[in-house]
Amino acid sequence: MVDMATNAASGSALNPRGPKPKKVFSRANIIVYGTLFVVAVYYALPLYVMIVTSLKGMPEIRMGNIFSPPMEITFQPWVKAWQEACTGINCDGLSRGFWNSVRILIPSVIISVAVASVNGYALSMWKFKGSEVFFTILMIGAFIPYQVMLYPIVILLREAGLYGSLTGLVLVHVAFGMPINTLLFRNYFASIPDELFKAARVDGAGFWSIFFRIMLPMSLPIFVVSLIIQVTGIWNDFLFGVIFTSQDLYPMTVQLNNIVNSVQGVKEYNVNMAATLITGLVPLIIYFASGKLFVRGIAAGAVKG
Amino acid sequence: MALAEEASRKTTRPDAAPIRRPNRWLKNMTGKVAMLPMILTALVIFLGGTIWTIVYSFTDSGLLPRLRWNGLAQYERLWSSRKWLVSIENLALYGVLSVILTLFIAFTLAALLDRKIRFEDAFRTIFLYPFALSFIVTGLVWQWILNPEFGIQGIVRGMGWETFNFDPLYNPNIVMYGLLIAGLWQGTGLIMCIMLAGLRGIDDDIWKAARVDGIGTVKTYVVVIIPMMRPVFVTSLVLIGAGIVKLYDLVVAQTSGGPGISSEVPAKYVMNTMFGGQNLGQGFAASTMMMVMVFIILIPWAYLEFGGKKRG
Amino acid sequence: MKLTTKLLAATAIVSAGAAGATELEVMHWWTSGGEAAAVSKFAEAWDATGNTWVDGAIAGGGDTARPIMVSRILGGDPPAAFQFNHGRQAEELVEAGLILDITDVSEAEGWADIVTPSSLLDSCTYDGRVFCVPVNIHSWQWMWLSNGAYAAAGVPVPTNWGEFVSTAPALREAGIVPLAMGGQSWQQNGAFGVMALALAGKEAWLAVNQDKNAEVAMGPEYARVFEAFGAARELSTGLNVQDWNQATAAVIEGSAGAQIMGDWAQGEFAVAGSVAGTDYSCLPGLGEVALLDTGGDAFFFPVTGDPEIEAAQKELAALMLSPAVQVSFNSAKGSLPVRPDVDLTTVNECTQKGLDLLAAGSTVPAGTQLLSPDTVTQLNDLMTEFWSTPSMTVAEVQQQYSDIIADAD
Repeated sequence: MVDMATNAASGSALNPRGPKPKKVFSRANIIVYGTLFVVAVYYALPLYVMIVTSLKGMPEIRMGNIFSPPMEITFQPWVKAWQEACTGINCDGLSRGFWNSVRILIPSVIISVAVASVNGYALSMWKFKGSEVFFTILMIGAFIPYQVMLYPIVILLREAGLYGSLTGLVLVHVAFGMPINTLLFRNYFASIPDELFKAARVDGAGFWSIFFRIMLPMSLPIFVVSLIIQVTGIWNDFLFGVIFTSQDLYPMTVQLNNIVNSVQGVKEYNVNMAATLITGLVPLIIYFASGKLFVRGIAAGAVKG
Repeated sequence: MALAEEASRKTTRPDAAPIRRPNRWLKNMTGKVAMLPMILTALVIFLGGTIWTIVYSFTDSGLLPRLRWNGLAQYERLWSSRKWLVSIENLALYGVLSVILTLFIAFTLAALLDRKIRFEDAFRTIFLYPFALSFIVTGLVWQWILNPEFGIQGIVRGMGWETFNFDPLYNPNIVMYGLLIAGLWQGTGLIMCIMLAGLRGIDDDIWKAARVDGIGTVKTYVVVIIPMMRPVFVTSLVLIGAGIVKLYDLVVAQTSGGPGISSEVPAKYVMNTMFGGQNLGQGFAASTMMMVMVFIILIPWAYLEFGGKKRG
Repeated sequence: MKLTTKLLAATAIVSAGAAGATELEVMHWWTSGGEAAAVSKFAEAWDATGNTWVDGAIAGGGDTARPIMVSRILGGDPPAAFQFNHGRQAEELVEAGLILDITDVSEAEGWADIVTPSSLLDSCTYDGRVFCVPVNIHSWQWMWLSNGAYAAAGVPVPTNWGEFVSTAPALREAGIVPLAMGGQSWQQNGAFGVMALALAGKEAWLAVNQDKNAEVAMGPEYARVFEAFGAARELSTGLNVQDWNQATAAVIEGSAGAQIMGDWAQGEFAVAGSVAGTDYSCLPGLGEVALLDTGGDAFFFPVTGDPEIEAAQKELAALMLSPAVQVSFNSAKGSLPVRPDVDLTTVNECTQKGLDLLAAGSTVPAGTQLLSPDTVTQLNDLMTEFWSTPSMTVAEVQQQYSDIIADAD
């Protein structure tokens, strides 16, 4: 940008037109890309080990060289993880629970993100006496290891007649997703300038119309973050999915747990890695596809306009 | 606004019954109704669950919760347990380092990614994917990577540096750092995303103004941008803090609390006592103490956050 | 949900007209390939009676499975049967009246005369009533040795603990770790239990574990055990692994000399194609005492309040102890059957040693049958702390051990 200014200022007739081409190897670029690359190696290293291990046969793994690429590539572990691995006597791998996971994921994510966004919106712009107190109590929830709450919630659901049902599980996910996501939205909305809100009120807009017409479009990045948190948390959840449901509702993580966590049996590391990678694919796809929404200027534009 | 309406009505209806002040309960009804799920969850589940836990920590519940009081016995046993004391020390060390390093790494990465670089999607996914993978297996992989025989130490020694030492997981003094390496790997990606979302919400004009004023890039970040992102930092802090308190899966997967009990953490103490030792009372006592400690740290923050005026 | 149970019961009654076809959901933690093969023997046998086995497998051992089972019971939707280890884990559930009394099955089938050793049925008996059916025996009291490692060191394979210690320096010289041990606390406590029985003897061991006699725990027999345990600590340095099977792998490869581990370790040897006697040897009771401890698994049946399901549960209980099923299940699982009047189909040298000891009645109950899970957890913590803290002395750990025993219930 500084280059542009200098260019414009010189005004000589022999000036090349358009912005000065940035040197690819400019100092700033080297620092930026270099750092990113080095850091990316730290992040990517375990993934490399996992992929490489999942393509090896067990004898090769027993030899112990975790970083070396497979001498003979085999996709058998992946096939086994998906459709042959045994969960007790059911030997149909991860595929058994896949659709259950989807059935649990979709309502849980939609409802928890929706509720949290409304909570955050109401907490920052429609406060009432005592609302912050409830919010603080909610924040306690973020810090409790949720296993501690297992039995009281089992008893609660039993009394409500919801124990073992999909509804019960969705409610549990919504409840436990509330603290962090509400905080996320509340703090995001808190940083939106007051004038916007007041202008809308003067125009006569009410609670819901401000939310849908003004706040929602402005807060796409934070919706994406909330989506990421909830999709990851709910897709990877094991304990709630196995305790608050019944057999026919068990999510994929139950099969994953059975594949990787057998205590007294033989451990097939390649199948474990393949199974973990397969399970991680859904959140990964969402991460990658969400890039379009991490766009700058949505909020900025609204302020100016 | 309501009062103004009331006032105008009063002037036009002089013979009407005296107008009562608007019922405070009805004000902002939509807001209150919209927050109902949150209020119910907070009261019934979190407050109710917490009270239930505290009450049962004064019992001798074993496998099933039962109301057989035994006073402070669980707490006495808790505080005379070496494992518990080690857990707290470990968590304090891990917590402080995790907060500082996560914020630093996440912000730096977010700032770098924010600069309209190529392959942003790829980089962002690489930094974020650890968050997606279940910890049982990634913990195992880090265990392998940090293993002295066939992990990094082995490889570097094989390359010639015979005395290279990088064995955090089997050294009781530095095992928490080994855990930190994997923990940062898993947690920084999400914080980076939150910071990125926050950065993307900052008006371009701010940048232009800073440039016009001649402030260097790094200084702009530190002096101008970070203060503007205070809510984002608060959110990140809470997320990191919550993750630290709940630290359990990572420890089980990487070190099982070892060597010995040198990498035990409070959440693991709670879990092992509740389900392994089938001693709910002791587990509840431990989790109550965890909550007390969280309170002690949170109260000053809450006062700062909610005490003073916030908006505007 | 109560409604679902009622519906299930209603459907069961309707289909009961069609030759007693009841669906029973069975929860267990046998999830690996070999374990699954074993469980399928139960399922096949049950399905063959015209009923249906609905399998509910959750991996991770008791620590993961127990909260799930307890939650199902608390939530009012219990499985029809679930697996626990022999011992005291289900005590509270029985006391709370949540488990079905199957004394009538036991009497009808004559379990008191069949189940060997009788301690297995005793662990299932509370106040004179029988509440579970033991299905197999797994024993901790084994040391597995790599023939190849000892050949490489040029010494004969040890036949008892004393020889093991004396040949250790030769192994060290050959660059081999004498004792392979993983990093998880249950492994160290388990090894301690084996050494205690082997070196202190049956009486002292029973005095401490059964009678909770803290004086014996402080006494000279146990002092000897702790000395040996301290020595074992030295002999295990040099191998850094977490899981038990990684330690077994070291023995299989010959980079470690021996491992103290239960008989389930044979599964690892089998998968690697090692042959008992040729590639590896086994010492029950560390070669010092001819004793096996008899831990294993048992099935419990929650109360469902539905007579149809109750009848099916009792039928399943009887089936699990029947001769044919005992043979097929235990052969597949690599454990020992609980009745002596059967012949397993595949038996190698080591399993045969186990069977002989069983037949001779040389058994003790497992530590987990005698000690509560809380005590076991405390002991796990103590042993692993000792194992990885070289500065902790033998005297200190013995003192703390006897304190825990004194407090144990």
